Amino acid sequence: MLTKRIIACLDVHAGRVVKGVQFVDLIDAGDPATQAARHAREGADEIVLLDITATHEGRQTLLDTVRRTARELFVPFCVGGGIKSARDAEQVFEAGADKVSINSAALADPDLISAIGSSFGAQAVVVAIDARRDPAAADPVREAQVFVHGGRKPAGRRVVEWAREAEERGAGEILLTSMDADGTRAGFDCELTAAVSEAVGIPVIASGGAGTVAHFADVFGRGQAHAALAASIFHFGVSTSRSLKEELAKAGVPVRLPC
Amino acid sequence: MSLVEAAERIVLPGVGHFAATERLDATGLTGAIRDAIARGVPFLGICVGMQWLYAGSTEAPQQPGLGAFSESCSRFAECTEKVPHVGWNSLEVREGSRLLAGVEPGEFVYFTHSYKGPVTADTAAVTQYIEPFAAAVERGNVMGVQFHPEKSGETGLKILRNFLAWQAKGAGC
Repeated sequence: MLTKRIIACLDVHAGRVVKGVQFVDLIDAGDPATQAARHAREGADEIVLLDITATHEGRQTLLDTVRRTARELFVPFCVGGGIKSARDAEQVFEAGADKVSINSAALADPDLISAIGSSFGAQAVVVAIDARRDPAAADPVREAQVFVHGGRKPAGRRVVEWAREAEERGAGEILLTSMDADGTRAGFDCELTAAVSEAVGIPVIASGGAGTVAHFADVFGRGQAHAALAASIFHFGVSTSRSLKEELAKAGVPVRLPC
Repeated sequence: MSLVEAAERIVLPGVGHFAATERLDATGLTGAIRDAIARGVPFLGICVGMQWLYAGSTEAPQQPGLGAFSESCSRFAECTEKVPHVGWNSLEVREGSRLLAGVEPGEFVYFTHSYKGPVTADTAAVTQYIEPFAAAVERGNVMGVQFHPEKSGETGLKILRNFLAWQAKGAGC
């Protein structure tokens, strides 16, 4: 039986894992290669490394980090942040990533999705969407808006339509982050996740708002998510992906166990 | 090509479109691999590399596969489930598989694909998604896996170790 994936997400800045709320007050949380291997050992089904270094010089550091991380990692490995061209993506793949996640660059140049997909396959292209409900709309969920620049600037696109277009252009998965829920620990935006999942034929990864094990069960059920990103949950109580999955299994969610 | 001719073991990894296997024909690798397999060299195809072992695939009907297995690959049937099949799914290993020796019932491996091979007498493991399909195929020294052993944690590493240890029956020390 196909299982629901728990994806561990590491924010990386200048070659180090960092923790912080909304990218403010960053705390050094170790070496990315070491942390990724630890998460895999502790039962994560996949690793996402999100580079939040915004500088040009940072690219070489990132590629070096990806290379070191991939060498010891035997689960799927996705890299996001700062990938603006097919050439950027190619370098990340050459360094050992299995997938790239693209966000604002895909909005600015939607051809980028097919440009990467035609060389490396649709399975290698994750389109990340930062979404906010539109409180002024008749249907705030179905008319939710895409945001860029860390959720500060509207992109002028509706989430459901953009997800559909991304699929048509050859995206293999959608990584959907609810900017409304992000950081709240009050649960994923299940309505929005379900709306996107129903609109596309490719898997949807839910992100933003996890605070308890029940939130994960909820987004896999009501939210129709295929995978969920776990980041801050490891800071409060649930210590590993394995323990999270053991709790989910008790709640009837199909997960990869033992792992 | 000389590399394939001299190889003690051959792995054909594959991610992408079946049509891309045309490159194997164009570079002469298809013939070199066919000869190597005939000499008894252990061969492992991964993902599209496994699909290539069949006669062909509906993904690129004009492009023939190696034909080591006479059937063809086809796309998952249209239904409410997502295609591609992405994620960790379990294996039902058939008795006698040497590639999958030591893999317990229900162990998970990582898949990402939209096309698959049919379940036949040569199927070494079956996985269920929309319908049962061949997660692994094996006949003598010709082996293929639809999943990615290199991305399947300890289970995947065990399978790769089995492949590296594979010896023709009755051969060796």
